[in-house]
Amino acid sequence: MIGGFNEEQIRRYSRHIILPEVGGKGQKKLLTSKVLCIGAGGLGSPIIQYLAAAGVGTIGIIDDDTVDLSNLQRQVIHGGNVGKPKAESAKQFVNNLNPDIEVRTYIERLNACNVINIFNEYDIIVDGSDNFATRYLVNDACVITNKPLSHGSIYRFEGQVTTIIPHKGPCYRCLFEHAPPPGMVPSCQEAGVLGVLPGIIGVIQATEVVKYLLGIGELLVGRLVYYDALNMTFEEIKMRWNKNCPICGEQPKITSIQEDIYGDSCRIW
Amino acid sequence: MTIELDLCGEVCPYTFVKTKLKLEEVECGEELIVTFDHAPAVENVPRSLKNEGHKIMGIEQKGEHLWKVRIRKA
Repeated sequence: MIGGFNEEQIRRYSRHIILPEVGGKGQKKLLTSKVLCIGAGGLGSPIIQYLAAAGVGTIGIIDDDTVDLSNLQRQVIHGGNVGKPKAESAKQFVNNLNPDIEVRTYIERLNACNVINIFNEYDIIVDGSDNFATRYLVNDACVITNKPLSHGSIYRFEGQVTTIIPHKGPCYRCLFEHAPPPGMVPSCQEAGVLGVLPGIIGVIQATEVVKYLLGIGELLVGRLVYYDALNMTFEEIKMRWNKNCPICGEQPKITSIQEDIYGDSCRIW
Repeated sequence: MTIELDLCGEVCPYTFVKTKLKLEEVECGEELIVTFDHAPAVENVPRSLKNEGHKIMGIEQKGEHLWKVRIRKA
């Protein structure tokens, strides 16, 4: 036991500890951090894998879906678990990879009723959801609870990723005030998605989370990285705080999480 | 006060990793004496520590395969 690390942890985290920017102090920060991952699907898989490997001490995983054979083309943590709840399957993966990690599973859908209580338990939120209702709910709840948010989304061969630090930079609604009308944008199920695409975007999200927890580097605050896998290009789009933003603007219209904004009932979509 | 750490039986890179972890418990300006029996560590560990700003106050060979490295924490 040296510096609070046991022999196994010294070996497991040695490549982190060697880094001057991390060290034992940084590794301890990771081990005492709590991260909530929304969704254990295409984006959630690499996010959960790398956060667990990095030694993020508590990982919350919320997903109400079960593993389907069609998921395994991109959801690389669910091998052998077809039919199981994704949150449970993800927990099994994490336990095998790193027994240091406490996994909290929520086999339910994130909604206006549970979002605030769940978010309050965590230091940072990572959005790996696949629909606009959840995306806006997560953004708004992060602004209201003042939680940092790593946003990522994917579509066919393209992905986007940004980091939101409420009241210190723009939020998702500053850029896209409202969701497109239902039915206008096809889901991954209808549109298809290249299997490796969420790997790239999810790993960037995990990188941002680790940097935030360690307090190192420059976060993607006010910057949205747009990735095009077919042309293999990364573009950076500047995001500005919108003073008329309905959630983080000077006179916000949304001041609490009301279910009617995100769906007809407490259950979203 | 000088703190000692015995890393006999330990090899690289854990010689550095453990020295670094111990140094994090030491106050700035204090000294740490680390004992190694792994020859490459005698070169590698001081080099890595210097890169992190610490001072190597001396390296003493105590036996054919035994060295003591004295480090002052930056």
